[in-house]
Amino acid sequence: MSFKKFGLATLGAAMLAGSLALPGLAAAQEQFVPLLVYRTGPYAPNGIPIADGFNDYMQLVNTRDGGINGVKYSWEECETQYNNDRGVECYERLKGNGPTGASVVNPYSTGITYALIDRATNDKVPVLSMGYGRADASDGTVFPYVFTMPITYWAGADVMVQYAKKESGGSLKGKKIALVYHDSAYGKEPIATLERLSKEEGFQFSAYPVAHPGLEQKATWLQIGRQLRPDWVFMWGWGVMNSTAIKEAAAVGFPMEKFVGVWWSGAEADVTPAGDSAKGYKSLNITGVGTSAPVFKDIEKMHADGKGVADKANIGTVLYNRALVNAFFYTEAIRIAQSEFGVKPLTGEQIQWGMEHLDITQEAIDAAGMSGLLGPVKITCADHEGGGSALVQQWDGSKWQAITDFISPNRDALRPAYEASAAQYAKEKGITPRSCS
Amino acid sequence: MFYREAGQFKTSYGADQAIFPIRQDRLGLLLLGLVALFAVPALANDYFLTTIFVPFLVFAMAALGLNLLTGYCGQLSLGTGGFMACGAFFSYKLATAFPELHVVVVFLLAGLGTAGVGVLFGLPSLRIKGFYLAVATLAAQFFLVWVFNKFPWWTNYSPSGVISAPPLEVLPGYFVTGNEASPATKYVFLLVFVAVLALVAKNLVRSRTGRSWMAIRDMDIAAEIIGIRPLWAKLSAFAISSFYIGISGALWAFVYTGSVEALAFQIDRSFQVLFMVIIGGLGSILGSFLGAAFIVLLPILLNNAPAALGLHISVELVSHLEFMIFGALIIFFLIVEPHGLARLWQIGKEKLRLWPFPY
Repeated sequence: MSFKKFGLATLGAAMLAGSLALPGLAAAQEQFVPLLVYRTGPYAPNGIPIADGFNDYMQLVNTRDGGINGVKYSWEECETQYNNDRGVECYERLKGNGPTGASVVNPYSTGITYALIDRATNDKVPVLSMGYGRADASDGTVFPYVFTMPITYWAGADVMVQYAKKESGGSLKGKKIALVYHDSAYGKEPIATLERLSKEEGFQFSAYPVAHPGLEQKATWLQIGRQLRPDWVFMWGWGVMNSTAIKEAAAVGFPMEKFVGVWWSGAEADVTPAGDSAKGYKSLNITGVGTSAPVFKDIEKMHADGKGVADKANIGTVLYNRALVNAFFYTEAIRIAQSEFGVKPLTGEQIQWGMEHLDITQEAIDAAGMSGLLGPVKITCADHEGGGSALVQQWDGSKWQAITDFISPNRDALRPAYEASAAQYAKEKGITPRSCS
Repeated sequence: MFYREAGQFKTSYGADQAIFPIRQDRLGLLLLGLVALFAVPALANDYFLTTIFVPFLVFAMAALGLNLLTGYCGQLSLGTGGFMACGAFFSYKLATAFPELHVVVVFLLAGLGTAGVGVLFGLPSLRIKGFYLAVATLAAQFFLVWVFNKFPWWTNYSPSGVISAPPLEVLPGYFVTGNEASPATKYVFLLVFVAVLALVAKNLVRSRTGRSWMAIRDMDIAAEIIGIRPLWAKLSAFAISSFYIGISGALWAFVYTGSVEALAFQIDRSFQVLFMVIIGGLGSILGSFLGAAFIVLLPILLNNAPAALGLHISVELVSHLEFMIFGALIIFFLIVEPHGLARLWQIGKEKLRLWPFPY
């Protein structure tokens, strides 16, 4: 019997030894990007279009343009299952690949972002947490390697309030706003901003936490729909929580037109399971919807040539478009960094420089064929959010429709809040903020 | 061959009661210790240190704690995640309120605090046992995570409820937490810390305390008749177990991830540690380590295996394969040896001592 075990143990040891000698992907003119994806697990319906968007955009840069000035992308996926420990493992596994190591890391999970901030800063790898992660990381003096462009949760909460104010005839005085949120770091982000705005705008604010994963919301919605009867409900949900919330809201007869989710509560996967009851539901979006931007012609052509990577059904979905914009951001940052450091594979440190000098104007957006997919963004050393904006979209029963233009949040009040929060972080961590002047 | 004891005579009570009475075991352990302490940090790269050895050691600590309670004292607990959260948040409050405290002191104090909480939630064990106690400790799991999630005081009013470990040194210039900590320092610190506490645990279970736990586990009424006080035995088991688990939670938050929210210590974490104890071997110190290795390392190994073997298959297929193989292996090991991996090792050792003439 013990010999059978011994054999198994030997096999295990052989596998371990094999994995020790991971073959390095040696290629001279390549810019390596690790992709932390979740194509399995509870959030797979959201994770698949995101991963597909990344693959397609980098493939497009390689096939259509022959790379960024000739430097082609290489990338490797690692499955995190939206799990923080696995995310860290994937980051560590992939950060050294390629000729210059990881160029930029897109964690696509607030939890993984938190876990990577220290490590990536230490390794000098930029973290692009686009519309998630720490809002106070917009302060580039404390978080030199974290980028939150184009907009943070705190700014998103501001946009939501602005929209509700406009729809309510210019004033929210005496109105009631409820927030339904995923009871985690992610869901708690907007609370402080909404509390501040409730004082400034004079509305009554109440917050309803929903425990992970969010399938049980009956009591919450009975309270909202029957007792509180708010004028607006905002939602910070993710995954299966979103469609459950929409169904429960419909069950208590809450009007969908008054129900606005954050940009992670507004993908196809969130509304389709709720069926007809989701019709009229609104959400923010940081990227444009649909396939009308010129870049989709190129993507279609790439797929027609048989070089596309993504599942065709995902093209043009909300999360696919978001990944396109995300990949567009760092492509431009790499291009800018190349103008400073030369056309060759660049290190994370050099790309961080490129990110800090990123200035995406409307002309640049049009030139890249991304018109309508994003608003202009300008990053500086101190401001890693870049003044981006968000729009409101509505589900018409079959597809998302943008119902507003990109709305800019009021950053005069947000910036001091970022700085105060970042200063507290710096104090706890013993970080001396760098000078940006 | 390896384990022939011929010629090893014990001439004193001390020698007879040694932790490792066989010379080969002592030498083997010494060799293992030297390799772990010197060769591993010198040879392994950052990936192996930070994502394989560090979580393994942290989980081994948690499994050790739960094994003292469930394996030795027979008190089934599902509160492990909650107690780990206690350790993490206590040490965060201590480290931020008293930055001059030494990191070891912070961890030990956090462990002591958790021990207090553990005793509190251990009180029901005096009246109920078995599955009923598991349900009672489940309350600890939910209540503690709720407390840390609900009251912003625990996170120093961080807007998102995430705590981030401040940089702390173990020796001047050697950081074990924060940005500047090197993987090797973290690993060596953890190794020494866990090894010392494992040695303490090993001696504890051989002492009067440990024997009273085992008596309670095997038959509480009989234990009471021979003069063991159940109150003292059960509560001390809860206290010491929580002490270990609390420290592992602190290590998780401070040394492994560096930043953590209360949700990281949800019920899944309790199950994970319980499975480690069951697969590793209930009532075995070695089993805690083997179980932690099985549950933490095997999935990562399975996930890395196709790439290492040169197979190019999509990540989702790898991920599904990993689930299937991992599940099948758990069932296989539990069928082959319900007493856990530690028992397999013990059987192997006994066979080697008789080899080549088994009976």
